Amino acid sequence: MKVLAIDTSNLVMGIAVMDEGKVLGEYITNLKKNHSIRVMPAIEQLMKETGVRPAELDRIVVAKGPGSYTGVRIGVTIAKTLAWTLKKELVGISSLEVLAQSGKYFNGFTVPLFDARRTQLFTGLYGQAESGEFENLCEDRIILLKDWLEKLQTTDKKILFVGNDLPLHQETISEVLGSQAVFGHVSDHNPRPSELGRIGMQREPDEIHSFTPSYLQLAEAEVNWLKSQGK
Amino acid sequence: MKKDEIILAIETSCDETAVAIVKNGTELLANIVASQIESHKRFGGVVPEVASRHHVEQITIVIDEALIKAELEPVDLTAVAVTEGPGLVGALLIGVNAAKAFAFAHGLPLVPVHHIAGHIYANRLVKEMTFPLLSLIVSGGHTELVLMEEHGTFKVIGETRDDAAGEAYDKVARTLNMPYPGGPHIDKLAQEGEPNIDLPRAWLEPESLDFSFSGLKSAVINTVHNATQRGEVIKPEDLAASFQASVVDVLVEKTFRAAEQNGVKQVLLAGGVAANKGLRKALEERFNNTGYDLVIPPLHLCTDNAAMIAAAGSVAYQKGTRADMALNGVPGLDLEAQ
Ligand SMILES: [Zn+2]
Repeated sequence: MKVLAIDTSNLVMGIAVMDEGKVLGEYITNLKKNHSIRVMPAIEQLMKETGVRPAELDRIVVAKGPGSYTGVRIGVTIAKTLAWTLKKELVGISSLEVLAQSGKYFNGFTVPLFDARRTQLFTGLYGQAESGEFENLCEDRIILLKDWLEKLQTTDKKILFVGNDLPLHQETISEVLGSQAVFGHVSDHNPRPSELGRIGMQREPDEIHSFTPSYLQLAEAEVNWLKSQGK
Repeated sequence: MKKDEIILAIETSCDETAVAIVKNGTELLANIVASQIESHKRFGGVVPEVASRHHVEQITIVIDEALIKAELEPVDLTAVAVTEGPGLVGALLIGVNAAKAFAFAHGLPLVPVHHIAGHIYANRLVKEMTFPLLSLIVSGGHTELVLMEEHGTFKVIGETRDDAAGEAYDKVARTLNMPYPGGPHIDKLAQEGEPNIDLPRAWLEPESLDFSFSGLKSAVINTVHNATQRGEVIKPEDLAASFQASVVDVLVEKTFRAAEQNGVKQVLLAGGVAANKGLRKALEERFNNTGYDLVIPPLHLCTDNAAMIAAAGSVAYQKGTRADMALNGVPGLDLEAQ
């Protein structure tokens, strides 16, 4: 199975081209630069280098969010369009699940996080399930850091935190969780597109036309409108 | 036999997800528009984040529909055209990235198009252009007079200094408690009223071809306010008719003056407000028996659509305009730099 994996959901931009048991190529940057300008040239370049033509792909895997609304939409739009027009399969994977893979051999829980402003986080809890698989244990959410830490305090294992936004919150996490908290190394914080591709190979394909990003929150105007309706 | 040029175009600059396919620059094979107007009505205007979300939901469906309607496969296409700007940046990005992915998937040339060039070229789907020509573009975001000496070159000789005409319509409609979008409601109401309320006309400097509608908008609001204070009732029909007369007077007169000054052969009306009956009628009357060829496209080509992007894209394609995979959406794209 030949796979193109695309992640533009946060600051890190990642692309991978994979062929079954092999990662043919991977491109990752962690820069505050425009994904809309850079991602298609990067895909074009990486596919050219790896010698995989668009028509040879079997599957497009995309990081579906949460993250920057605009960023998520760029990746999802490209993935949907490629998959649909090339008549290939589309799989969307949580951006948090991709990042969590940094902890897949960690003996404990892994908590990936992206800053969501106003002391909120996009986060979730990952770890070994009873089946032995590394998977999502507590669903992805947007939550106040304070509330999330209260919840995590009630668990009984060490917790590995990963994500490039960690420096914003590390102090608070340490204060609340003490030695229960473990922080990833500098090289653990970029979500890796090859992990995105690998997980994507194992999942059931999504329906392409109806596929939408996972924003985890309504547009602000929607929230205000619902309020005004007394809902 | 020369091979047909078939262009698929994508337009997502505001709140319509649109895809069209046009053959040889003028023959419309498909023109699909998924409007979000119902969704934005409850907010009283277009909410950019909501618009962007809808575009992602619609984009592949609309491309699919266009190809089915035209009974074509991607392999039959010559190029992909897309609105590069101006517009809402988040909305533009969906069309631009879909167009890039589509072009990349099939190895097709990518042609960037200016949204206003698109509006002007909607006319070419109706009638061949004769140069020099003058185009009046009136929409929710634009009020411009554009002079064209030949295909693909644009000179803005007049533009609004504040609100676009469509914007003024929406704001006045809100004052009259009409639902969004206000333009069609005012137009309809105006047909039933008399323009008997004195409202200002912004002629600006004697030689100027620019427009200004913010003063008029304020005058309407003041008129309503003062009447309410005095306990008088203004007939909304008359107010709508008076407002419309003021907007239309200036638009038509400046367009006529610009046509005279520049010795044009053809005068085109473009943009969403071109759907306005009052404006169409006034233009027709003013240009009747003047020797100018006045072209007013049918309504479905005046509002935002992708057929116009394909029509403009065809000319750009023939001129060799191309974009690479780094193409971005540009919210404030300059028409004259095209
Ligand atoms: Zn428009």
